[in-house]
Order: sequence, then structure tokens, then C-alpha cells
Amino acid sequence: MRVLFTVLAVPLLLATPASADDDWAPPVTDPVVRKECGVCHMAFQPAFLPARSWRLMMGNLQDHFGDDASLPADTVRHIAAYHEANAGDVISRGVGRKFLRRVAATEAPQRITELPKFVSEHRFPDHVWKRPDVLTKSNCVACHPAAERGDYED
Amino acid sequence: MKVLPPFLPPFLPPFLIATVVLSTAALANPARDALLADYASQAQAADARFAGFSADRGETLFRTRWAGGDERTPACTACHTDDPRKQGRNAKTGRGIDPVAVSVEPKRFTDRDDVEKQFGRDCPSVLGRDCTALEKGDYITFMKGQ
Repeated sequence: MRVLFTVLAVPLLLATPASADDDWAPPVTDPVVRKECGVCHMAFQPAFLPARSWRLMMGNLQDHFGDDASLPADTVRHIAAYHEANAGDVISRGVGRKFLRRVAATEAPQRITELPKFVSEHRFPDHVWKRPDVLTKSNCVACHPAAERGDYED
Repeated sequence: MKVLPPFLPPFLPPFLIATVVLSTAALANPARDALLADYASQAQAADARFAGFSADRGETLFRTRWAGGDERTPACTACHTDDPRKQGRNAKTGRGIDPVAVSVEPKRFTDRDDVEKQFGRDCPSVLGRDCTALEKGDYITFMKGQ
């Protein structure tokens, strides 16, 4: 099966040399988003999730993956609007197109690290994930030093 | 009887004066002082025996292993390291944290909303409860001297 896949995949890969775009996400430029999201973790590019996911997340900041990340209502609205306008299903290029390909329209995934495409591209042994510099799967910059600039090629 | 003149240096080196003036200016900040004054009146209202903030109590707060909240953050030092002058790291996300010491980061504790937001997140995470105004003032007073 693997051989078959390889045989089929090689010509496909050769035919699409511009696949680097798949590892690129428009970087976060909004200063409020950079500050408020970035104070606790990298401000993940909105392209990684569809607008419906961000809407759900921004409506539930008091339980943000187990932490209370509440913000004033006007700040929440601002961050939500930016994320929804730049969401993966809205801009539909780069990682947005790639990561959301296998996400059902009825789902609003919350963890980028659980998207099928993330999982299939991050099959590493446990000891890699447990490295002290990695700490957690959402720590993109541990392995993608240019992640903050939207570059996930490595 | 001969009276010895008190020792007076003929002059203070200008660079020394400049150093003293600059370092005082860097640490004194109207916004931070106003915030501390607010915490002081809250602490006074909570306990009439309040007699000012203490850097020593602030340091104890900073170093105590509370283990009252999230297991990944048993103490302030879990993220801020044992040395507040050093770069820290969020123990949950791996995100870098600028030093808390005012001598290294003069903008620390100068934005009321940010300070309140951060105490509001970190105290439950470390102590398992909100911090009192006394604790917040002690903490800032400790960091002002660091």
C-alpha cells in the first residue's frame, strides 16, 4: 500500500513544486490580537481554524482550555472579528486550505493540534513531545522558529 | 580647642549625580505609584492595622510553594524563575515572559488593566484563589526593588 502511495505521490509532488505555500499562514498583524493572545502563547494565525471555531472559542474565554482568559467585551469583539475575517475557510490559501481540507462543515474544532492534517504531519515519538523545550504541542516555535511570522516550513 | 571641619567632598563627580538621578527616574513611575496607592487604600479598608507594603512579604509571596491552583504552576517561580530579573517562561505554553523586575523592565506594573488582568489569571493558577490588595501591593513593592 505504502509503495503504491509513493508511486502515485512522487509524480504529484513533482507536478506541484509550489507546495511551500501550504506551510505558510498570513502572520498576525493586529496589535491588540498580538498583545492579548500573545501574552500567554504564540498568537496563532487565524488561518488554522475556520471562522465558526474562533466564534465558539471567543465566546468561551472564561474556560480557555482550562484557564480563565476573560477579557473586556470590546476586546473580545475586536479579537473575534479579526479571527473570523482571517479564518482558514475565509482566506482559503496556505495552511488554511491545507488544514481545513478534512474538517467537516458541521464541526467547530478548537485545538489546532487535533486537526487531522496536524496529526498526520506531526507523528513523532513521545520523547520528542516531552522534550523540555517543546513542553506542549501548541508550542510551535520550539520546532518552527519562524512560526510567528507564519512560516512553518522546516 | 580646635574644631575639625566636617568632612565634605569638594565635589560630587557629575556622572555619579547623573546615575542617581536617572536610576531614580527609571524606578519612580506616576502610574505605578497611583496603582500602589489604590492597593494601599484597599488594604487599609480591609484591615485598619495596615501599615504599608513590604518587599519582604512580597518576596515570600513570590517564592512560596502554594500548590493551590494548577499543578504546573505551584509557585510564581514556576514561570518567572527564582530570579525576577531573568527572562521567564510560561509553564503551560512555553511562551517566553519578560522579566518581572522593574529594574530590567521599567514598564512593569504601569498599566492598571494589564496588572489587574494578570493578577486575576495568575493568582488562581498559583494560589488557587484571588490575591488580596495587600498581596498585590507587597508583590509590586518587591519587584520595584528588584
